[in-house]
Amino acid sequence: MVRRVYLDNNATTPVLPEVMEAMRPYFGDHFGNASSIHHHGQETRAAIERARESVAALLGCRASEVVFTGGGTEADNLAVFGLVRPGDHVITSTIEHHAVLNACKHLASQGCEVTFVPVDGRGLVDPADIKRAIRPNTKLITVMLANNETGVVQPVAEIGKIAAEADIFFHTDAVQAAGKIPIDVDKIGCDLLTISGHKIHGPQGVGALYVRKGTQLEPMLYGGSHERSRRAGTENVPGIVGIGKAAELAIAGFERGDDQRMAAARDRLERELLEIEATGLNGADSNGGRATRVPNTTDIYFDGIDGEALVIALDLKGLAVSTGAACSSGAIEPSHVLIAMGLRPDRAKASIRFSLGKQNTAEDIDFALRLIPETVGRLRELSPVYNKAANSEPLAASNRRSVGP
Amino acid sequence: MSDRSGLLEARGSQPEENLRMLTTETIAVAMSGGVDSSTVAAMLRAEGHNVIGLTMQLWNQRRLAGHEGMPESVQGRCCSIDDVYDARRVAETLGIPYYVVNHEERFERDVVRPFVEEYLAGRTPIPCSLCNNHLKFDQLLIVAQQIGAGQIATGHYAQVVFDEQLNRWLLKRPADRSKDQTYFLFGLTQEQLSRTLFPLGGMTKPEVRELARKHKLVIAEKPDSQEICFVPGGDYKRFLEAYLSEQGDRPTSISGEAFAGEMVTTDGKVIGEHAGVHNFTVGQRKGLGVATGSPLYVIQIKNDTRQVVVGKDEELYSRTLSARRVNLISTPELREPMRVAVKIRHKHQPAPAVIESAGPDEVRVTFDEPQRALTPGQAAVFYDGDIVVGGGWIETSTR
Repeated sequence: MVRRVYLDNNATTPVLPEVMEAMRPYFGDHFGNASSIHHHGQETRAAIERARESVAALLGCRASEVVFTGGGTEADNLAVFGLVRPGDHVITSTIEHHAVLNACKHLASQGCEVTFVPVDGRGLVDPADIKRAIRPNTKLITVMLANNETGVVQPVAEIGKIAAEADIFFHTDAVQAAGKIPIDVDKIGCDLLTISGHKIHGPQGVGALYVRKGTQLEPMLYGGSHERSRRAGTENVPGIVGIGKAAELAIAGFERGDDQRMAAARDRLERELLEIEATGLNGADSNGGRATRVPNTTDIYFDGIDGEALVIALDLKGLAVSTGAACSSGAIEPSHVLIAMGLRPDRAKASIRFSLGKQNTAEDIDFALRLIPETVGRLRELSPVYNKAANSEPLAASNRRSVGP
Repeated sequence: MSDRSGLLEARGSQPEENLRMLTTETIAVAMSGGVDSSTVAAMLRAEGHNVIGLTMQLWNQRRLAGHEGMPESVQGRCCSIDDVYDARRVAETLGIPYYVVNHEERFERDVVRPFVEEYLAGRTPIPCSLCNNHLKFDQLLIVAQQIGAGQIATGHYAQVVFDEQLNRWLLKRPADRSKDQTYFLFGLTQEQLSRTLFPLGGMTKPEVRELARKHKLVIAEKPDSQEICFVPGGDYKRFLEAYLSEQGDRPTSISGEAFAGEMVTTDGKVIGEHAGVHNFTVGQRKGLGVATGSPLYVIQIKNDTRQVVVGKDEELYSRTLSARRVNLISTPELREPMRVAVKIRHKHQPAPAVIESAGPDEVRVTFDEPQRALTPGQAAVFYDGDIVVGGGWIETSTR
């Protein structure tokens, strides 16, 4: 068996055993429809409300302000489409997740105005740019809390202040921040905030949207009056129980210092990888000044390599990392985030994202550090860009079709 | 010939037996989701090789949706999600690692753009050869080597053998002549050939399907693909319109005045007008838009004057042609004239001719008998029996 190490936790995280245990009864004994008046319904209703309290505790809000959804994308879409109407103006950034970016692009095609605010070389939005972009008809500002590729934490509290002063709704996609840095919706000053279950060691297929009390939000789905008429459809009880348990464990993790332990492991990985020649950190400006990042993420370019080939080569040896964003076929597309940060396209394609999770050990980092330098070296030897001598000689007949060892 | 190449040639009857002679090193299989490449993966896997499946993402069909003449949703074949799913399912069945690699940028630069430009220049391009030269046996080979596979295998019907006397890798026609794809592979270099396996070279198509069934591959009954993969429904004119409209190269339709020209006879008489040279190919009879007593054919397309020259069938025959950007395979150079058989289009029966060097990368072909409709933009591929001597791109022909 190949040893497998997973350093792609910004894509998804493994469900923690405690989360699985918490969910298990809701696939079996506790099967009720939470809207039913009988015992079975009451049982699952109570479980949902307990989960809502746990999520509220993670976000620093009231339980009544938490809406469960079918995932982060749905929560982002609900925030955007639930507020914005034709004729309205929206301000967002160029580095948002596609769940926000493509929702905003769709709005633009439906008679809304959208301003995409750029980022600097560190991948940071300048709040002053947000302020300048405000128009009389600006309805919503949506800027992510932490970027999924670089891990860079945006100045959301400043943006929240600007939004409040201008009386504009502020949404932040906190999918990549939740569980990694403490979140407090009041300190951020947001009206809406998105989290996703599977990025915090909960299950896939469940997310939550914080909606500040009093916010008028139109639902996207019509049906029963579930989730205070904000999200129709019978609740995904096991999923909701799972995200609730994951939120609880995330809070406990902060108390234990999981985030600091993760940052130390990430820093060691990053430090040693940057010792490989012709590499660099994405999310550092030309003076080496770094933006604040979540503790689990580092994004590094390896000049002269094809990131796609490196991801495949590493996967074949048991290390899971990622580059860019996968399209529907599973092929990799150049990262819009890195391009927005001003990276040359060849450097964007030579960039790899490493993202740690709670399950990763020091041995995992050792494994990665043994594998990556030699693999990068081999790829560079074979790279027509990096090594001009590559691919010039035909394979000798004797080297081909020989009977194996 | 070495024993090994002899064995490879004999592969037809019991393909999997003979493949046992191959290396146990890692082999990347270029998988399209079709029967041929899927069967290749199954064969190599059955022999116990380390096999990695790769699919190239080359073109986004949705890109041109809604542009000039294209429907809102385009149902093309190329790189369709369905094909990727098929390849993925086959890989899963076989238990091999499988990846999709993105080469859209190179494909557009090296295949799609030249394809469009050739048509606009009044030539009739073959994108499949360009794709083989620039993508499958270049970019994909590099990726394969980078991920630890020294060789790639494809589902092409052709054979590669090493000739020890010549000290060269040779490209040969396959056992199933009806499936011969060597015409599209003439551009392969010695380096590329040395790293390429064509495991279907000794098999017939029915044998391949039978083997696919035997391996219980979900795609065993999938129909063969015919059209140019990135041109939906084979309608290249509509594709050109949509692509140029998307690129903003031509603010108005290419059927507009900027592309119109005269239709003239071989003796210079203007007999009508046409809406653009890209609408024509040498030898074409239908759709000329002129009515005369006897059947008329496109004899020549003059790009500089935008004239389409039409004439009688007998005027289509030419005895010589000039081929440029020539790649030689069985010999490093043409020191003296050589007797070969030359194929001037995919479905052409190779015709006896003499080839001789006419400058760097240029070869002059003189046929024993005049050939019908030598078409600039198509390839002229030279054969010595089953062996591909080389080939080049048809530039001009003279009677």
